[in-house]
Amino acid sequence: MTDQVTVPAGSQRLAGSRRGSLVGWAFVTPFVILFVLFGLVPVIYSLYLAFTNRSGAGVGLANFAKAIDDFRFWPAVQHVAIFTIIWLVLLAVLVVGLTLVIHRIARRRTKAFIRFAYYIPGALAGASSVLLWLFLLDPSVSPVSWLLRLTGAETFQQVVSSERLPVIFALIAFWTGAGGWILVLYGALNTIPTEVMEAAKVDGAGPIRSAIQIELPMIRKSIVYMLILTLAAGTQLFVEPQLVSQASFGIVPNDYSVNQLAYVFAFGQNDFNGSAAISVLLLVVAVVGAALFVWRGKLFEAE
Amino acid sequence: MSSDLTTDLRRPTAGGSARARRAGSRSLVGIILIIFLAFFLVPVIWLLLSGTKSAQALTNQGPFTAGTFADLQANWNALMTFQDGAVATWMGNSVLYAGAALIISLLVSMPAGYALAKLQFKGRRPLLLATLVVMLMPATSLVLPIFLEMNVVGLVNTPLSVILPYSFFPFGVYLAYIYYSTALPGEILEAATIDGCGPWGTFWRVVLPLSTPVVALVGFFSFVQNWNNFFLPFVMLPRSEAYPMQVGLSQMLASTPTFNPVVGASAEVSPPELVLATLVSIAPVLLIFIVAQRYLVTGLTAGATKG
Repeated sequence: MTDQVTVPAGSQRLAGSRRGSLVGWAFVTPFVILFVLFGLVPVIYSLYLAFTNRSGAGVGLANFAKAIDDFRFWPAVQHVAIFTIIWLVLLAVLVVGLTLVIHRIARRRTKAFIRFAYYIPGALAGASSVLLWLFLLDPSVSPVSWLLRLTGAETFQQVVSSERLPVIFALIAFWTGAGGWILVLYGALNTIPTEVMEAAKVDGAGPIRSAIQIELPMIRKSIVYMLILTLAAGTQLFVEPQLVSQASFGIVPNDYSVNQLAYVFAFGQNDFNGSAAISVLLLVVAVVGAALFVWRGKLFEAE
Repeated sequence: MSSDLTTDLRRPTAGGSARARRAGSRSLVGIILIIFLAFFLVPVIWLLLSGTKSAQALTNQGPFTAGTFADLQANWNALMTFQDGAVATWMGNSVLYAGAALIISLLVSMPAGYALAKLQFKGRRPLLLATLVVMLMPATSLVLPIFLEMNVVGLVNTPLSVILPYSFFPFGVYLAYIYYSTALPGEILEAATIDGCGPWGTFWRVVLPLSTPVVALVGFFSFVQNWNNFFLPFVMLPRSEAYPMQVGLSQMLASTPTFNPVVGASAEVSPPELVLATLVSIAPVLLIFIVAQRYLVTGLTAGATKG
């Protein structure tokens, strides 16, 4: 920004005045209304449901106890945990590694092409990507059936056997999301001043040393951002097991993930209080992760 | 990074063997990049080709060969007649839900982001922090709570039950906030005020015309996210006529014999039809991706100093 003049910035002109406050609120009111209706109220209402029973009487932690004691709860937590860990490792290793490598490509056009090509799967998310992967994982039609056979699976049912599922879900999630994260980390790498990298080279640092000693520490915040968001998103696993469960003819149960279990509580058993309890547990994970990042990470200190 | 080679020569350790090692590691890097290129693109290429095949060709022919135009036509016709044109209805629903939410979220998030960035008002900072927290929460974490709420007010099973939650888009507010705080000089606002513009006039006549990049970016993310949403409409809209395409796909999946042996010979959907349906379901988003590619990449690498 070249025009840094000393005239007071526009942000100051209405400072402190009552009228200024009113104008500000007028601008944000529509957003605040949506925030209250679809952010705050659902959370508060879920909390209310989670601590009461069907007739509205307070029951303390009984709904939580019931959900946690449910025979399906811990297996679901375990599935989700394994999936999330694999996904995190894939992102932490491959996205960071690929970004560093792409950033070093000398030809601009190659660089731009690779960044965009890796990002294309981002257009497919949700059910579309799962459906595509169902085909990719079915040896009878898959373009990589040789690869599936190499892993010892001859039929679709063998490919989606339960011990492979966390890896499969992590692969799908990585396939759709990795390109976007590469772009984000690439943007962070671009903010490192060229002089710093030049100086490192003059000092005799090779690509690996400057990656470890300069680039990684300088984009640490973006990496943490990616991992926290992924951790929170991972706990929410729903559409992948839901569709695979439908397609695998029951090999994958419809209460494979925690969110699915909350869904079964609400729609299968008509137990909204139990469903709310599970939702609240998941919300806690999401809010704590997000809040930790906003308050401790300081990524958003834009002012 | 055009100076890569020249600076290498200045490296004190750069002997002949080091150079050879470097050439080796360079081609290794190339191989790795190509392997990942295949990983990311092969599924997409397969998806583009397989809708043009008959069911037999899909299993017997090589995976990377194209089928015939006649087969594509047959698949298309079968797809369009599935459950009396359900696919067209679902695509229409998707456009309605994602489109309406796109308009509302733009109308809501531009002024909000502007106020958070450029106006002083009581509660600005708490609101900003709360927006950031919700933005970082996965959207799915609010789906069942919003369902429980909608259930009480009786909105379940109406288009509003997905359009309104879709319209709450804190990420859009955040993008607008960042854009207005970094790319909109305060002097312009000063000048507008001196010229006699009130706060609304300034926003409409001065700020919005300068906002095209961020409007496009917020619009893109809002549309793609809502177009691809599965969980919320799956929970809110139980009737098939109200499904968006994503939920409709799962119904087609249930009617495909490969993945649901119970359907058996009377199956309604053949595998290549399902592939074509998947392609149709992502076509609008894929199109935007390709048309807006340069723009998107720059947008996502926000904060970048150079490409």
